[in-house]
Amino acid sequence: MDERKGIITSAAEGTRGILEPFWVTLRQLFHKPITEEYPEFKRALPERARGRIVLTRSPDGEERCVACQLCSAVCPVSCISMQSAVREDGRRYAGWFRINFGRCIFCGLCEEACPTLAIQLTNDFEMSADDPMQLVHEKDTLTVDHGGRHPDYDFYRHAGVAVRREPGSHEDEDAPVNPKSNFP
Amino acid sequence: MTMWFAGFAVLLVKMALVLGVALTGAAYLVLVERKLLGRMQLRYGPNRVGPFGLLQPLADGVKMILKEDLVPQGADRFLFMMVPAVLPLTTLLAFAVVPFGTELTIMGQQVPMVITDLDVGVLFVLSLSSVGVYSLALGGWASNSKYSLLGAVRGVGQMISYELPLGLSLVPVIMLAGSMSLVDIVNAQADMPFIVYQPVAYVLFVLSALVEVKRTPFDLAEAENELQAGFHMEYSGMRFALFFLGEYLNMIFLGAFAALLFLGGWHGPVLPPFAWLLIKTAIMPILLIWIRASLPRLRPDQMMRLCWVWLAPLALLNILATGAVMLLKG
Repeated sequence: MDERKGIITSAAEGTRGILEPFWVTLRQLFHKPITEEYPEFKRALPERARGRIVLTRSPDGEERCVACQLCSAVCPVSCISMQSAVREDGRRYAGWFRINFGRCIFCGLCEEACPTLAIQLTNDFEMSADDPMQLVHEKDTLTVDHGGRHPDYDFYRHAGVAVRREPGSHEDEDAPVNPKSNFP
Repeated sequence: MTMWFAGFAVLLVKMALVLGVALTGAAYLVLVERKLLGRMQLRYGPNRVGPFGLLQPLADGVKMILKEDLVPQGADRFLFMMVPAVLPLTTLLAFAVVPFGTELTIMGQQVPMVITDLDVGVLFVLSLSSVGVYSLALGGWASNSKYSLLGAVRGVGQMISYELPLGLSLVPVIMLAGSMSLVDIVNAQADMPFIVYQPVAYVLFVLSALVEVKRTPFDLAEAENELQAGFHMEYSGMRFALFFLGEYLNMIFLGAFAALLFLGGWHGPVLPPFAWLLIKTAIMPILLIWIRASLPRLRPDQMMRLCWVWLAPLALLNILATGAVMLLKG
């Protein structure tokens, strides 16, 4: 009891403190619940929401992944594994590519690490399964037939085996400077 | 001999009826609690299994049966396995003295609508409620876990505190009715329920009952955020479900007990006696759910202070006042 208030005020406040919660809960009883019932109602996710991981393709329909292992190396829970292979024209690709979504924490570091923008996170998060093995996805289920967030990007127009041209003929590249012309 | 068999058959039918109603009631009380509590917290509560979630108790039962039955290392195995049965057992036994209607006449025979009309019905119920606490005390002890033990210790402390005011609050009713048989007590309320004469005793009884069922604000033995789940922390599957069942049966039973002692039992206009008893029984569980939604948990010392310093002396004064009035009126 607060000494400064006196017994009557304290008793009144105590009684009010016990009775008021009942009124509050009774009032809520007749409110409409604010629950969003999930399977029927799906909230629009933010643009950069991180969900299921996919392997995208470049505009010409080729696989973007060059099996550089950077995503696998950066993955904090080591859920990505792959084996690299080389095509006859010298272009690298992933022989097999495996993501264990049972371990994945959807941090998005693989997407940041990827130099070819191949691995991307989508905002599909509904991927529960009855069996843990169903959460281990192989290359065939991971690969999609579009470019994801970056539909126009093609790594091989900037680097890699396809770019064996004369210096300066490269996209986004200035003509080489003639060092001799720099003489004073 | 035929009469004996007929009587036995009638008894079996009555027992099946009471058991069925009590157990179904307990299962659906869980649903009612979750839905009501949900609505009070701006949620829906369970609404997925069946229409409006009405099959949720069934789904819960199936889930509980399928769960693994764990016995913790170092637990007193025999006690641990036996003890969960105590609480539902004692509560179901207490239902035996609950009369649920006037006498029926079937083929010229008077059939009382109660399993057994004990002369000491009230005493029987009170003693069973004390035995029921053993499930908590021994369950917490046998689990070999410090949280369970703390819960059990608190539960026993709580039992010692509430039993006195609970018993004393019923004395004026027994004085007014002049009998300890629940049938006689209900018959004594034919014109006027005892709550009119004994509002103080009713309030004392509800408060003590609140302590007895060990729910918020007196769920010290469970105290989720201090003791995880208190005395039943180590229990799983159907053994846990038995504790749960016992708690909800106890809520229903206390509702029925309050209805019989204070609210006039099956007496009421228009509706049949059984319906009146059900309606009056439902008051207590719904009140308990409402209280759970509204009030926070008390500390153990506050609970004991309430019981010993306020409830017990008030109950004694109430007995004194009732006796004085009865003496004056002759």
